[in-house]
This record gives sequence, structure tokens and C-alpha cells, in this order.
Amino acid sequence: MTAADLLALAAFTDGRRAQSFPSFGSERTGAPVVAYCRLAEREIRTREPVVAPDCVVVIDPTLVHQVDLFSGLDGDGYVLVNSSRSLQTLGLGSLAEHFRPERLLTVGATDVARRQLGRPLPNAALLGGFAALTAQVTLAAVSAAIRARFGRDSALAERNVAAASEVFQQACLALTADGRAVLSAPAD
Amino acid sequence: MLRQIEGSRAVAETVARCRPEVVCAYPISPQTHIIEALGELVKSGALAPCEFLNVESEFAAMSVAIGASAAGARAFTATASQGLLFMMEAVYNASGLGLPIVMTLANRAVGAPINIWNDHSDAMAARDAGWVQLFAETIQEAADLHVQAFRLAEELSVPVMVCMDGFILTHATELVDLPSQEAVDAFLPPYEPRQVLDPDEPYSIGAMVGPEAFEEVRYLAHARQLSALGRIPELAEEFAEAFGRDSGGLVHPYRSADAEVVVVALGSVLGTIKDVVDAHREAGHRIGALGITAFRPFPGDAVRNALADAQRVVVVEKAFSVGFGGVLSTDVAMALSGLPVSLSTVVAGLGGRPITKTSLQSVFEAALRGEAERLTFLDLKTELVERELERMALRRRSGPTAENVLRDIGTVRSGVG
Repeated sequence: MTAADLLALAAFTDGRRAQSFPSFGSERTGAPVVAYCRLAEREIRTREPVVAPDCVVVIDPTLVHQVDLFSGLDGDGYVLVNSSRSLQTLGLGSLAEHFRPERLLTVGATDVARRQLGRPLPNAALLGGFAALTAQVTLAAVSAAIRARFGRDSALAERNVAAASEVFQQACLALTADGRAVLSAPAD
Repeated sequence: MLRQIEGSRAVAETVARCRPEVVCAYPISPQTHIIEALGELVKSGALAPCEFLNVESEFAAMSVAIGASAAGARAFTATASQGLLFMMEAVYNASGLGLPIVMTLANRAVGAPINIWNDHSDAMAARDAGWVQLFAETIQEAADLHVQAFRLAEELSVPVMVCMDGFILTHATELVDLPSQEAVDAFLPPYEPRQVLDPDEPYSIGAMVGPEAFEEVRYLAHARQLSALGRIPELAEEFAEAFGRDSGGLVHPYRSADAEVVVVALGSVLGTIKDVVDAHREAGHRIGALGITAFRPFPGDAVRNALADAQRVVVVEKAFSVGFGGVLSTDVAMALSGLPVSLSTVVAGLGGRPITKTSLQSVFEAALRGEAERLTFLDLKTELVERELERMALRRRSGPTAENVLRDIGTVRSGVG
């Protein structure tokens, strides 16, 4: 939920329209939760859950084999999985058969968060990866959103900004290493 | 100021700018964030002078609001679902006494089975409680309606309930232009009570009234509510002049002027409906929508005028009267009496079931073909219903229905995925 809200805030910072909302399950920390975010150039009126996403961001990779996370995603969609392992290792190698390989990416945002924040809270960091992969928001906007959200604790905000930047760099490197185009992902 | 902000936060900050002097509430999902945010604003001193009271129940919350309002304070509370039902005796008292309390209702289903998600069962349960009920379509409108609600409540001495869809609006973030303190101050004058408990000039409020005058007191309450039908559009117009946007009013027609089919609804589902209407319009179909913002008092004339030229009306509603059918549609049918308009009711979104464009589209297509049924339940899983009916026919001790149905689905989980 934090990630969806931050993404909406980042898009707002970039001057776009955004809508984020959760699909609540059990209201306790750690329970599986689905959150949605729509980005657009004009007012977003619909309230239905996102049934055909352009991008699926998996924050908890332990869920990948429990729920069909990729239904509704079309062949041009993006997949970002929070894991330091490869898609093959996660048992998701077959994703490459259905989606464009250059739009599939894993990043170890939890490891980065653990290092930068001292806690395994990858939400904000992962948005750096989203910015690099999709270029739908800039890293600068992600950083601004993090600072706005954690404004009351600027040290925490800066550590999250650092984590997002690190994941952004990692993602750019991974995308380049695979010979993928990263020119579409400007840092600001 | 334009902000990307959560619905609850937007409402809390706007309520704070209305300068309530007493905020009292008991936490219940999905109202909680509104009250938490107001608590923070009082604690930080951003909202002052204001007394924030943690009470022991919803019944106490409304009772405190009644006491505060009777003592001349601007009082605010918020609740949802079972919380509203638990405070119901006091809800009736607030309106019966003519106390201008403003309450946010973060719409949620009513149990059993217990369900924390959105529908309009709670608001409909309070339909006849004598409160003005306004329904917000967007977070922006939810925020704006509170400014108008305090003004309307205090002018007429009636309590006002601002209904906003739980989770769908309370827990979503979108672009909101929050009214500034200066603008709210200019729109909403300080509360001047019609009646106030004053030790220097003592009198009682809340007399017992027997058959000799009860009808007259109730009739006067009705007359006050009806006067709101004139005042609500005036306030919306004044609001539009002051704030530069349309929020509130009685009804909102959308592409309905030349429409054969008009879809009527309350609240946030109108956004989805408008998208589907646009898609049909692009395909050349004559379809439109009518949002009803003021549900109580019910704007019968405005509804009749807006629907008079339609051939078919589809009411999409997130609640129903068990054993009868649509609640909103009953009122719409009354408004349309004598007109050659066919009416169908679609019960949708119960207990948080998503109302999808695809499902709405097929409903609207049926209506355009003139094949809409009188009463349907959107996306009803008939196989689940039939299995339980079979079980019940087979043996007496068929067990609890909710548990049986969950077992048929194969998982007892709470809505994720």
C-alpha cells in the first residue's frame, strides 16, 4: 500500500494524474495485500480494481506460486519482482515465453533496504526499480514522494531515498548488462 | 492547494478547517484514518480550540456529540457499519432534537456475516433517521461536502451525514484541491445555535411529547428537511462561486439529456459508470447517468425532471431491502410515478465485491436492448447459491450458511487476490 501511494505521489510530482487504492484483506502487518495504482494524463474516474495491469510489482516473492499474480497482464506488460535471485531461480522462467524479456526484472530491494534502513522494508526502494524498468516516473519524483511521505523523519526519508537510488542504479545496470535499452529511464 | 492525498486525510483536514469544537468518535474500519488524523491535528494544536474525546462506544460518541451540540459547540463524529447501528438510538435523538451535528459515514456493509468492506447497507439503515444524507462521488467531493454540510446543518438545525465509500474513497489517494482555511472561514460563519443549554438562561431540551403534539413536532422536522431541498443547490452554487468547482447539489446528470437509458447511482461507483457510459456513447448508444448526491431529503422533482425523457432507467445500488429489492429504486420509482419509464434494479458491490466495467457493460447492453430484468444481482455466483439450497433441502442440520459457502469456495480468506 505504501508503495502504491508513493508511486501515485511520485506521478503527481511529475504532473500526472494518479489513483492508488488497496484491496484490503486481514488488517495486520505482514498479511498479503494487493494495492493498485493508475497513472494517466487526465482524470481517473473508474473505481474498479486494476484487472488488466501494465505492470505487476511483486514485493513479496514468496507469493509468486500461491496466487496467479500475472493474470490480466498483456504481452507488452512489465514484471518487477523483489528478489536478488533470477526469475529462473524463482521458478518464473516461463514468464519469458509470455512477456517481452526486456520488460522482466528482479531486483534485491529487501537486501538494499536492510542495508540502508536496517530493516527489511523494500517498498520505497522498489520504486527505484519501477522507475528504471518502466520510465513511468522519474527517480527524482520517487525521491520527492519519499521525502513528502516521511517528511517528519528526514533521516528515514533520506535513507529510503538512498535505497531507491541504489535499486534504480542496480536496475539500470541489470537492464544494460542484458543489452536492454535504459535510455528511456532518465534519473531526473 | 492541490495534493495527492488519501481520502480520509483529505476529509480530516477539511473538517479541521471547519473548526469543530468537539470531535468524538470510536474507531471502526474504514473510518479510522479520519479520526486518527483529526486526533493528530488536535494534539499538535493545528486544530484549536477543539476537544477531542475518546469515547467507549459509538453510542457514547453520538451522545457526546448531542451534548456538545446542545451546549452550543460545533460537533463532529464519524463511524461506519455496525458502529452506526450501535449508535442508532442517539442518531434518531440528534435529528429529533434538531442538533446540527455533522458525521462522516465511511460506508461499509452490515453483518452478519461480518464484513469490513464497502456497500451502502449502513446508510440505508439510517435512511429514515431524520438526517440529511449526502453521497460523495470522489475524494474531492467528500472533502467539499463537509464544508457544505456544516453550513447546511447549522442553518437548518438538522444533522448531516456525509457518506463516502469505505476503502474505495477513504483509503484511496487521488488529486484533491483542499479548501483553504481562509476560504472555509469565508463560507462557513461561526455556529449560532437556535437552541443552547445556557446556565444563565436555563431551559430544557428533549421534552417528552405525547399524542397531543408528537405529529406536529415530527411534521416540523419533515418540513425542515424539505427546506434543505431548496438550500442544498443554493449552497452548492455558492460553493462553486467561492471554490471554483462543482461539488454537492441534489443530482448530477451525465450525458443524459437525449438518453434512452439512464443509469442512476449513489457514490463512487458513478465514476466507473461514467467510463462505461462514455464507451457506449462512442459506439453510438444513447445512454447517460444520473448521480444522486442528496439521498435524504430525496430530490424527487429533480430526479423526475432528469429522467422524464428516458425510456428505461437502471438503478445500480449497493444495498437492498431483504425480501423486497432495491431501496434507492423505490424512491426513484416514486419520483417517476405516472411516467412511461421502465425501471430495473441492479444490486451490486455488496460487501466490497468489485463493480467492474465489464459487468456494468453487459447490464447496460441488456438495458439498451430493452431486456433488463426487474431485479438482478450483479455477478451473483448462482452455483454457490444452488449448492447451499441443495444442502438445506437435503437435511435439517445443514449448518451455518456463511461457513458452508466459504467451504464451497475452497478457502476461508479475506478478499485478497
